[in-house]
Amino acid sequence: MVKPIFSKGKIVAKTGNEMMAEAMRQIAPDVVAAYPITPATEIVQIFSQFVADGKVPTEFVAVESEHSAMSATIAASVAGARAMTGTSSQGFALMWEMLYIAAGLRLPIVMAEVNRALSAPINIHGDQSDTMGARDAGWIQIYSEDPQEAYDNMIQSVRIAEAAKLPTMVTTDGFIISHCMAAAEVYPDEDVKEFVGTYKPERYLLDYKRPFTLGSIEMQDYYFEHRYQLAQAQRDAKKIILDVAKDFKNKFGREYGFYEKYKMDDAEVAIVTIGSAAGTTKAVINELREKGIKAGLIKIRIFRPFPADEIAKDLANVKALAVLDRADSCSGTFAPVYSDVVAAMYANGVTGPKTENYVYGLGGREIDMTHIADVFKHLDEVAKGKAQASKTVEYINVRIK
Amino acid sequence: MSKMIEVRWHGRGGQGAKTAALLFAQAVLSTGKYIQAFPEYGPERMGAPVQSFNRVSDDPITVHCSVTEPNYVVILDPSLIEAVDVTEGVGTQGKVIVNTSFSAEEMAKKLGIAKEQVYVVDASKISNETIGQNRPNTPMLGALVKVIGTLDIEGVLKDTRAKLEVKFRSKPEVIDGNITSIQRAYDEVKNS
Amino acid sequence: MKNEEKKPTAAELPAGGIVEAGTAAQFKTGPWRSIKPVWSKEKCKACMICWIYCPDASIQVADGKVTGIDYDHCKGCGICSKECKFGAITMEAEKK
Repeated sequence: MVKPIFSKGKIVAKTGNEMMAEAMRQIAPDVVAAYPITPATEIVQIFSQFVADGKVPTEFVAVESEHSAMSATIAASVAGARAMTGTSSQGFALMWEMLYIAAGLRLPIVMAEVNRALSAPINIHGDQSDTMGARDAGWIQIYSEDPQEAYDNMIQSVRIAEAAKLPTMVTTDGFIISHCMAAAEVYPDEDVKEFVGTYKPERYLLDYKRPFTLGSIEMQDYYFEHRYQLAQAQRDAKKIILDVAKDFKNKFGREYGFYEKYKMDDAEVAIVTIGSAAGTTKAVINELREKGIKAGLIKIRIFRPFPADEIAKDLANVKALAVLDRADSCSGTFAPVYSDVVAAMYANGVTGPKTENYVYGLGGREIDMTHIADVFKHLDEVAKGKAQASKTVEYINVRIK
Repeated sequence: MSKMIEVRWHGRGGQGAKTAALLFAQAVLSTGKYIQAFPEYGPERMGAPVQSFNRVSDDPITVHCSVTEPNYVVILDPSLIEAVDVTEGVGTQGKVIVNTSFSAEEMAKKLGIAKEQVYVVDASKISNETIGQNRPNTPMLGALVKVIGTLDIEGVLKDTRAKLEVKFRSKPEVIDGNITSIQRAYDEVKNS
Repeated sequence: MKNEEKKPTAAELPAGGIVEAGTAAQFKTGPWRSIKPVWSKEKCKACMICWIYCPDASIQVADGKVTGIDYDHCKGCGICSKECKFGAITMEAEKK
């Protein structure tokens, strides 16, 4: 029986995009500048309808490109506004140079991002290549498994961004979650508004009594310090993220952290992944557990800042693990999530578990329970010494030969 | 854990297969079940064969892969039977509900599955008589609820009426027509 | 002139590269000059043309009248001298 967790919560049937737009309406930022792109179009469309219907007092700026969308969002944020945008894939790629500027200027912009493959070939479906490419841009990255998480993450992201002074993107898997209607809980407007609070920037350009310059040139003697600050801000954001999650749990009842551990306490084989595939993995783990296989999952929610020490500790006791990446780095070696997970393990002296890296689901390619069961089967054999872990990235459900 | 129900809808672009899946999910959620509804997105053209999907469960649904072995298949347009493998993954247990004026025996022959698996209802006729247009997706909701058997038709009708009342405030005849169409398909769907 | 100022650390710098307004006044560009404007109080009619044209805000003014040149910031571009209709500003070589 579907029941709300929050006493004043209401159960609705909504898609990932609808939930993100709903969160934006409740947050009611001062400015939203956005340009529509599949599969994030609905977020912009629904939100602009809210504006047109007078359901949210936000200034909506219809721009002519995503580069302009991010530029206008940056400008609004610099001026002192709580500013948001939303995009996907090529639109995200077109924002590229502005992403780095938003982070470098330390602007608490929030972006609703729907993960979609990058061209070429043109493909509108879900993979995480777009945001994974921007993992070093200085943005906090929060990934969502389902529409509920997308909504909850959007609400938390505002406070995280403003406390950390870092732009924050919240993502869902394109179509798989953005267009999947599911049972979800929404909270009353006033409770969301109370949780989010009002934005009080320390400095903002429209503060004519304390004028300042932002975006000036910095040469060899200053630039590095500011980039160090940015990296340090990411490290410092970890505590903020956990504090906000704690407040969120106290208020609304749902628990969030850097990642979700599913049946990891006694796990001998584990999958580490991000996004909707984690949900499918849980269903596979339930079946495997009935057969006596001690399988577990770590679903990463916060990829930037990367929870390195924590994840290494939680993986220390498994015998074999696989990191499933929905993006390839085309580096000739390994994909992004695996690289960070294994680096974290090595740095923490966790060298016991055998590790395997799989790339899956590019361009929305199906990943079903049998694919994940096959991964676990292989891990089980590796754990028992019956098979070797691969020394290079492996691929799931792609025609190679 | 109780068994999850999976549904696949077949229609043509513009016939409302996606809308049907969404309406069905919303209505079933109102009866307390966990739900999913998602379309298959491809090149979207009017008339092209399209699919959409539902999952229904008493427990939270975490799987996010495709529905490959549906328990129920709903066919909004019988002409799709020649164009698409509508019985794919149905096996010997899955049930197929067809909008048609033919009998279940005749449809079973066309589909190449057992008669026990086939249900028929003339949803186009019902929608013409109740809504005044050929909109088989709404009545097929009623047929699906009947064939599944474990869902609450009263709850589904109540929720659908509430949704329609918001959408068609100025056209009460549309609301009544749609509700009647669901009820009639629920009553008229048959395995013979 | 060697800059001996102690530069702030990452921990000391304001986040995001905020630079307080008015810092141009602290940056002395006078030493860039090879020729300098010399203002004649007698010839000056206080038409303010030089004040309008000076790109470095180096024409000193009080009560609506020119009072002199800010040699800490004047770079010696000569625009004031060129634009003065009364020959009140002449350019002379810097003798250093």
